[in-house]
Amino acid sequence: MTDKYAQLVNHGIGKKVATQVGLPRPPRLRRYEPGQELLEGPAAVGGIGQSPVTQTVAAVIKASGGAVVDAAADTTYADKPAAVVFDATAARTLKELEELRAAVGPAVKALGRCGRVILIGTPPDELADAEAAAAQQALEGIMRSIGKELRAGGTANLIWLQGEARGDSAALAAPLRFLLSSRSAYVSGQPVRVVAGDVPEVDDWQTPLKGEVAVITGAARGIGADIAHVFARAGANVIAVDIPAAGDALAKVANGIGAVALQLDITSVDAGERIAQAVARVGDHLDVIVHNAGITRDKLFVNTDADRWGSVIDVNLAAQFRINKVLLDPATKGGLKDGGRIVAVASTSGIGGNRGQANYAASKAGVMGMVRQLSKNLADRHITVNAVAPGFIETEMTSKIPLATREVGRRINSLLQGGQPVDVGETIAFFAEPGSAGVTGQVLRVCGQSQLGA
Amino acid sequence: MSQRDAYVIGGNRIPFARSGGKYLKASNQDLLTTTIEGLVARFGLGGERLGEVVAGAVIKHSRDFNLTREAVLGSHLDPHTPAYDIQQACGTGLEAAILVANKIRLGQIESGIAGGSDTTSDAPLAVNDDLRKTLMKVNYAKTPQQRLKALAKIRPGQLAPEQPKNAEPRTGLAMGDHQAITTKEWGITREAQDELAVRSHQNLAAAYDRGFFDDLVTPYLGLTRDNNLRADSTVEKLAKLKPAFGKGDPAATMTAANSTPLTDGASAVLLGSQEWAQERGLTPLARFVDGEAAAVDYVHGDEGLLMAPPYAIARLLKRNNLSLQDFDFYEFHEAFASTVLCHLAALESPEFCKQRLGLDEPLGPIDRDKLNVNGSSLAAGHPFAATGGRIVASLAKMLHEKGSGRGLISICAAGGQGVAAILEATA
Ligand SMILES: NC(=O)c1ccc[n+]([C@@H]2O[C@H](COP(=O)([O-])OP(=O)(O)OC[C@H]3O[C@@H](n4cnc5c(N)ncnc54)[C@H](O)[C@@H]3O)[C@@H](O)[C@H]2O)c1
Repeated sequence: MTDKYAQLVNHGIGKKVATQVGLPRPPRLRRYEPGQELLEGPAAVGGIGQSPVTQTVAAVIKASGGAVVDAAADTTYADKPAAVVFDATAARTLKELEELRAAVGPAVKALGRCGRVILIGTPPDELADAEAAAAQQALEGIMRSIGKELRAGGTANLIWLQGEARGDSAALAAPLRFLLSSRSAYVSGQPVRVVAGDVPEVDDWQTPLKGEVAVITGAARGIGADIAHVFARAGANVIAVDIPAAGDALAKVANGIGAVALQLDITSVDAGERIAQAVARVGDHLDVIVHNAGITRDKLFVNTDADRWGSVIDVNLAAQFRINKVLLDPATKGGLKDGGRIVAVASTSGIGGNRGQANYAASKAGVMGMVRQLSKNLADRHITVNAVAPGFIETEMTSKIPLATREVGRRINSLLQGGQPVDVGETIAFFAEPGSAGVTGQVLRVCGQSQLGA
Repeated sequence: MSQRDAYVIGGNRIPFARSGGKYLKASNQDLLTTTIEGLVARFGLGGERLGEVVAGAVIKHSRDFNLTREAVLGSHLDPHTPAYDIQQACGTGLEAAILVANKIRLGQIESGIAGGSDTTSDAPLAVNDDLRKTLMKVNYAKTPQQRLKALAKIRPGQLAPEQPKNAEPRTGLAMGDHQAITTKEWGITREAQDELAVRSHQNLAAAYDRGFFDDLVTPYLGLTRDNNLRADSTVEKLAKLKPAFGKGDPAATMTAANSTPLTDGASAVLLGSQEWAQERGLTPLARFVDGEAAAVDYVHGDEGLLMAPPYAIARLLKRNNLSLQDFDFYEFHEAFASTVLCHLAALESPEFCKQRLGLDEPLGPIDRDKLNVNGSSLAAGHPFAATGGRIVASLAKMLHEKGSGRGLISICAAGGQGVAAILEATA
């Protein structure tokens, strides 16, 4: 799906006119390609106090092939930094916010294109002292505002590093790398919580899913097809699921990445068993299930009917419960392994609601509710459960939205454009990585910091 | 070489389409390649080198001389996978499966795909014989003058293309007209034929509804089910149709509804040894036990054109020490409803079994509830070379679902031929 406006104002005469009359010019986002450098320039790294987290940050960046410079107040940067990472986990007073401003300001000002601003904080709910909690909560406001000020494809995000995880360098590595990399091109204005977990040290962060078995539902087209591609690129053996009627498109996706195609309606009674059987053919157990299949049956709440209501909730939510139940049963051959991953696809509509989409928003909000609770229930099995909440993504689904509404959806975000299906895929693959063991119960928006549902 | 077992692991086909419709623009190569691609995706065979791929088409362009190999090259299979074409009229697909199974049993190959494709929408139109001879002369002419002279011989009458005919070259009779004679000989009633046709539609529709084809069929060009299928077919509706074959006979019984229409489609079956399947975590659905082909002398009139299957069945049963009643499923290809009914009547007939098959006892009746339980060609349609693969894959799945038992396949073919095969559930 193409964004004609973005093409027009970024090339030739269109670019000239757009610049002169001050039309917004959606930047071209840096996106991941195999073998790509983590960052195109040095990372400016700073922190409050002598926190071990600051050292971990620098170490992770260096280990990933990046250069680190000091983000101190009044620095003038010789090379444009590609990223600013500021460790504010130790901030306990409002005064320390000035320290942050002074150190981060010049670095953000010097940031190169598609730059990254990452703040790291302590979850406020961990702090008994009200001022400390306020200082930490302030980080979210700062991060979101910087996100809205950044131009040229820059993003700002916040990592809430839970107590024990502050001493666990492995827990921070994968989330930090993801937010620094171009894989998070369309993720901005978001907090991510990281807890200590059974996190392995990961050397090969370019193909972290090597040898893993991943099931992706709704993979025949749109976002699901791109999730499948990203997973295959990351080394996973993919089982691509879609309804039998989409079998021809599904076969193309599968053969394109050496995956297995499973023609299956996820609402059928034996869907869980059929998935497990397919897994058992490919490997011993399932490493990742991605619940991506989804439908819309829009109608105003007062005019909708049981059929529209029920089918959306069944496909988008109830089917996941039934399938998870089978896959989580330790007796199931081809079931989800302990330490496995469940990733669901929510939507910003589930956060903000949408006219004519009460059923859809119910299902997507429900997904978020499920993720938050199931993650707790499965913590002892080290299974993480997370969701992405895509905003406006350029797919067949969104290309059917009337033009005016579509243009609003596309532009009303900090990156001035719709996201690509691959952006959702990258975020899901991040949740699936072994290094993301400390990320669970999270709903991460992939929306370019959209104002909708914010 | 030691003999071992060959197994049917799975199959794929595209929905069959009535000719001149949905697949009008697709060639045999398109159909076969797509079908193989669907099979590759279903079993994750991308990049695999298989022992061989064997397939064919009955109606084939000369440019498709290497149809199957070209389809392999157009697929995600390892290009080092060899392939060859075969053609045994409507028996093509089943014969291909027998060939692959035999090589596996001999230990010559570990795995293979057997298939077939046919389209009468993309049928080759031949120039008529006179024109062809003239053009050959032009081709061989050495000087421009000779060439012009040869070209000047073309007459308007020669420009009419020769239509492909569904007729037997040696008798000039259409297959349906041949069958009309046999139908009459065996006294098969119109009602019995219509009932069989209706059951075929109802069974196929029910099979689709319960998802039986979810892992056997991959949609193509907007079609998700065979478009010849009429789920609402009834005996009353069919009774209204006028006969299409045996015209001129006031007692003619064969109509368009109890005969298969021209259809486009393709099918492919994955076969392999136990070890090959195991290494890939694949579950063999059924053992390919044995196959047998037979032919009758329909030209000199001592047997009906489509009556070879009972001969093949008799020999196959004898070789495998089985009786006709030892089966849980009977898959008798419905070229015409009356073909199936004639075969059943012949197998029950003491005279036929004694005089024609040389048996002391008739092979006897079968339990009709075990016949074509998920529908057959009258409902699905019959793209000639694709029918065998459709049946083998479906029967293998039925046996796997049941978890025990045996199935008998019987397919009649042009030229007075017939092919039969036995499949058995894996223990
Ligand atoms: N496109 C967006 O902007 C956007 C935004 C937010 C959330 N989402 C969510 O992302 C997911 C993918 O959306 P998309 O835009 O790619 O949509 P899409 O319609 O292009 O793809 C959805 C796929 O799911 C399959 N599917 C539907 N019902 C199924 C069932 N019962 N069993 C198996 N497969 C089934 C469809 O056949 C289709 O291939 C959905 O959950 C959607 O709600 C999309």
